[in-house]
Amino acid sequence: MVYSKRNDGRKFEEMRKMEAKVGVVKSADGSAMFKIGDTIAIAAVRGPRDLHPKFMQNPQKGILRCNYNMMSFSVDERIRPGPSRRSREISLVTRNALLPAVNLDEFPNAVVDVFVEIQQADAGTRCAGICAASMALADAGIPMKDLICAISIGRVGGKVLVDLDKFEEDYEEGSTDMPVAMLPRKAEVSLLQLDGEIKPEEIDKALELAKKSCQEILEIQKKALKEKYQNE
Amino acid sequence: MNNVSKEYLVNSLSKGKREDGRKLDEIRKVQIENNVSKNAEGSARVKLGDTEVIVGVKMEIGTPYPDNLDEGTIIVSAEMLPLSSPNFESGPPSEESIELARVVDRAIRESDALDLKKLCVEKGEKVWMVLIDIYTINDAGNLQDAATLAALAALKNAKMPSFDGEKVDYKKKKGSLPLVELPVECTSIKIKDKILSDVSADEYKHLDARLTIATTEKGEVCAMQKGGEGTLTAEDIKEMVKASLKNGKILRKELK
Repeated sequence: MVYSKRNDGRKFEEMRKMEAKVGVVKSADGSAMFKIGDTIAIAAVRGPRDLHPKFMQNPQKGILRCNYNMMSFSVDERIRPGPSRRSREISLVTRNALLPAVNLDEFPNAVVDVFVEIQQADAGTRCAGICAASMALADAGIPMKDLICAISIGRVGGKVLVDLDKFEEDYEEGSTDMPVAMLPRKAEVSLLQLDGEIKPEEIDKALELAKKSCQEILEIQKKALKEKYQNE
Repeated sequence: MNNVSKEYLVNSLSKGKREDGRKLDEIRKVQIENNVSKNAEGSARVKLGDTEVIVGVKMEIGTPYPDNLDEGTIIVSAEMLPLSSPNFESGPPSEESIELARVVDRAIRESDALDLKKLCVEKGEKVWMVLIDIYTINDAGNLQDAATLAALAALKNAKMPSFDGEKVDYKKKKGSLPLVELPVECTSIKIKDKILSDVSADEYKHLDARLTIATTEKGEVCAMQKGGEGTLTAEDIKEMVKASLKNGKILRKELK
């Protein structure tokens, strides 16, 4: 069946309502919350700080470590607390999504830790996590050449659309999910995954939609960062 | 460790002063935000000064314990997230996080806060399991009291999912949980000869001994846990119980 109207009434290229806040974890060096629809991510940055064990240190520059985790009650069926194969993979791709924007040359032998917690999940959690982490890194004063924005592009019932929610992700007749992270200044792609089928020519369209959406996300991120520092 | 700052702390305490201007038995500002995670059956965020925790309650169908065939079960666990403190590390649960969870569990269990018989679906076969998960967001001291309060708030706003004998439907919510008591925990610490309520992270660093005391609405004590390497006298304990009863009332008021 053709997916002619979205479940929540959005236009096909329309994202869910977003909210962002910087400085949500007082004791961290940087932190942020990013909410898109009913998905809520919290990120905190700790560091640069000493890295142990010593053999992991890089004498040329600092290293970035990421840890993505879903709170056990963030989804219908409780997740056992602690790391899973899924969360470890997402931690890895999150790190790779952030790294191209981050410059750690000033911090040899040190580590910058990024912790992402999903407080509430309604699809698009890795993208929300990356958006929050990017703001947290900026808040921590880590040198960056750009922020990082991420959004999931989907294909449901033959329609290419932006920002799948859980209903669309679980769409009965199949659904395709393509999370994309970008450094928005030059639209450089730093995360790309695909789960499901897509026509080769639709990839161009999907990336174009991602680029447009990332510009909107960037505005929200910048506004939240400014809000914190204007109030100080 | 930094003895100077302990001396400094003890010195100002003997003048009756705390770093943030509170009285010795005064707790920080409490804030409870309910329903912070919509897929949980119940959830809450508690802020105690700058200390912050999130607790979610999930429910599943499980089998009862052999010694209580007609009662539901409670499982409390705690994740002391490295996000929340530079002192917490990733990895398997630390001793501290296990203690945190077990002491929250004790307050709920020993006060009979939940009427577990009402959580029985089919005697000996199927009962509701109440899974209470604690996540620390910011550690500025006294996670214990914040976690207990958040657990109670989450239990209080929780809605039961429905069960048709085979599958749990998390979208179809039924009534509230059979919550019949509101235990709260108040932790006091002893530094030298001074007793302090609701300590900050700095004060906690210098504690000699600590005592967590859970009290009920009726003014009874239902659970305790002594921590720290130092000792307490009967007089100390008496003073701590008194502080817990007084501050417990303030915390319980926030739950209502």
